[in-house]
Amino acid sequence: MANHDIAITVRRGTVHALVGENGAGKSTLMKILYGMQKPDEGTIAVDGQQVTFNSPGDAIARGIGMVHQHFMLADYLTVLENVVLGSEKLHGIGDRARARIKEISEAYGLNVRPDAVVEDLGVADRQRVEILKVLYRGARTLILDEPTAVLVPQEVDALFANLRELKAEGLTVIFISHKLGEVLSVADDITVIRRGTTVGTADPANTTPKQLAELMVGSELPSPETRESTVTDVPMLSVSDLRLSAVDPDGVVRSVLDDIAFTIHKGEVLGIAGVEGNGQAELVEAIMGMRTPDAGALTLDGVDISSVPTRKRREDGIGYIPEDRHKHGLLLESPLWENRILGHVSEKPNSNKGLLDLKAARADTQRIVREYDVRTPGIDVTAASLSGGNQQKLIVGREMSHAPKLLIAAHPTRGVDVGAQAQIWDQIREARREGLAVLLISADLDELIGLSDTLRVMFRGRLVADADPATITPEELGSAMTGAATGHLEAHGAPAETDPRTGGEDR
Amino acid sequence: MKKFDKERLLLGIAAPLLAIVAAFLVTAVVLVATGKEPFSAFGIMFDYGMKSDSQVYILNKATTYYLAGLAVAVGFRMNLFNIGVDGQYRLAAFFAAALGGALTLPGFLQIPLIILTAMIVGAMWAGIAGVLKVTRGVSEVVSTIMLNMIATAIIGYLLQDGRLGQLDSAGTKVSTKPLPESSHFFVFPTVPDQVWGFIVVAALAGVAYWFILSRTRFGFDLRTVGQSESAADASGVNVKKMIITSMLISGLVAGLVGMPTLLNDSFEYGGDFPTGIGFTGIAIALLGRNHPVGIALGALLWGFLERGSGKLEFEGYDREIVGVIQGVIVLSVVIAYEVVRRYGLKRQQRQVGEKLAAQAKNSKKQEVSA
Repeated sequence: MANHDIAITVRRGTVHALVGENGAGKSTLMKILYGMQKPDEGTIAVDGQQVTFNSPGDAIARGIGMVHQHFMLADYLTVLENVVLGSEKLHGIGDRARARIKEISEAYGLNVRPDAVVEDLGVADRQRVEILKVLYRGARTLILDEPTAVLVPQEVDALFANLRELKAEGLTVIFISHKLGEVLSVADDITVIRRGTTVGTADPANTTPKQLAELMVGSELPSPETRESTVTDVPMLSVSDLRLSAVDPDGVVRSVLDDIAFTIHKGEVLGIAGVEGNGQAELVEAIMGMRTPDAGALTLDGVDISSVPTRKRREDGIGYIPEDRHKHGLLLESPLWENRILGHVSEKPNSNKGLLDLKAARADTQRIVREYDVRTPGIDVTAASLSGGNQQKLIVGREMSHAPKLLIAAHPTRGVDVGAQAQIWDQIREARREGLAVLLISADLDELIGLSDTLRVMFRGRLVADADPATITPEELGSAMTGAATGHLEAHGAPAETDPRTGGEDR
Repeated sequence: MKKFDKERLLLGIAAPLLAIVAAFLVTAVVLVATGKEPFSAFGIMFDYGMKSDSQVYILNKATTYYLAGLAVAVGFRMNLFNIGVDGQYRLAAFFAAALGGALTLPGFLQIPLIILTAMIVGAMWAGIAGVLKVTRGVSEVVSTIMLNMIATAIIGYLLQDGRLGQLDSAGTKVSTKPLPESSHFFVFPTVPDQVWGFIVVAALAGVAYWFILSRTRFGFDLRTVGQSESAADASGVNVKKMIITSMLISGLVAGLVGMPTLLNDSFEYGGDFPTGIGFTGIAIALLGRNHPVGIALGALLWGFLERGSGKLEFEGYDREIVGVIQGVIVLSVVIAYEVVRRYGLKRQQRQVGEKLAAQAKNSKKQEVSA
């Protein structure tokens, strides 16, 4: 949380990357630069002039704008309406504003249509709207918080082209990321933050990702590679003909899962690739029993669990690392030891015949904190006071402590620092060797390719393609994620156009 | 780790204390504005409230209030706002009184039977709101308010001569048939007045509340739903079932609220049976932070304030001034808790950050020296 002795100089007209583990203090620093938080000491100077920011408004007045990781757009409004919202005074809300938006869009090659409804836009388009929103307010310095986290590789390239355009026009970009390859390809300067302080700068021209990572972690670089196969032919989870429809906010019934079928064997990691929002979350919730599918059967370790309630499924050995840990994985205002009980209240050591065993639960929380390197002063602090990465380590520790048969890992290392990432990968590999089956959902394609034994691509609620992680590249996978390729993805060649139905079956 | 606990305790006490101080200050301002001297009024209340007969009065009042506070608190822990405790306890007490008046069993059978009847009636009445919420999505706030009105109407209809009520010999008052002597609950023979024996039941209810919520699986599930429905769902709690169950429990406890009065004092349900205690319970649960000890302190404070209000009237003050104090306490409590809660969370986050930074520095030093 705490920042101390941060020194950073950003040159005008450059892309300056800020890298660091999660919990290293990048977000705090950004909040300070954007006026959302006040520093205890130290100064900020813009164009040589010392400034104090009391609110984001002050920062915008000085030409500093922020593009948040989670988009802040109203889905049912048009791009124009979203852009002028809150800045009606600048250029009105009509044709003058429209003209200005077009002007900005053309100047920086953003390709934004002012009258499109945001709901209809893809993730990359929405991000460009966010950037335009900031530019519209007169920003000369843009802060982008992990902008590539939600993009597929092709979209990342497009974003970087936009950033170069901005730079060419004399604007300054501060770019926060922990994807080192991207940082090296786009940044002019790099500042590394570790444990709240700036530990060094790097010149992207003569730095390798490995060197940068070592600077970030202070130790050697982990890798998600798992090559020796532990896949057995004993099915652990079988999903067949799974269908689910949901009512969207407009009241239209829409199919979110369509004809999903796959089998995960003991010792196998099945990776599901896909742009977020294509049904991955619903698939996980259907397997967990949090949603009731319209049709389909689920078999866990030979037992039909289609109509078994969530708690029983968990007791029967499904471990769950949720996509949104704040929503589904933690009680933020409860102490760590109560969070250790969450989801496993009916299992040892947390309880005994209906009564909680506080002593055992607390002792076991201490163990998890120790073994999974959860950085906390103790187990009585609330979950909210930990950094995201440490919260995740606690969740992983909790789920692995009950020796699951099947682990559902949705973005298991999202927002986790490189060191903890390695540890989580190790835990998954370790358990996989002992026969754990894993359903892995991730937006990090390197992680997916590196950890999975089998890969599937999900697009609009269907499993449309499969691939062999040993040969596939992130780019090929990325194009399948946008729906451009289906069937079995052949490495280094044109994707084979086969019937997605047959392609979606087990190999 | 002990340090964090102590701080949490301090923060926990800070909010109600702040609220009470603020309430007295505001009341002082009101008194001054109406041209009265505030401090002598507070002096009168404290002096009178400390007298031994006042102490008994306060304990007896607090018994009722405590149960009402518990009933509301069960809902609060679940994020359910059971405004219907009022209707639940009145309907429960009414049917329990009617049944008790009609039977003449030995006390050891009849008293439990009366209490059980009250609890079941209370639970069923609250359960209606639970079922409506789960099946039709009706907010429990709305349904329980309406159920309060319906309860009033039902009691009004049945409490008539020839139905479940009877006219007393003087012909002035309708009530249920009085309970037989054997159904009177025991009392502590204190002087000058007696302390109601039901205080023991209230204390047991408090212990049970604490035990179930903080020591059982069920309690953990209930609190989980209260904190985050989505996390509860993911952790395997059946949220809908939990809503109904907790409404039933809230109603069970609400059923007890009328019992101290019925079994220790009035022995019948008449037009003068105390009303509005369900709403007092909301204030007390808020004041006590849903904590069994906190609720007890809140109930005692409420009893004390009410005792003082009677005396104020004799001394030329308006008794409504106590209403002002109570109202401001509730308002300030709600505000103070939110302020203290946010402050506590922020403070802890900062402390954790500082501690970790210190740890990191230390380990770095060790590396260097090694």
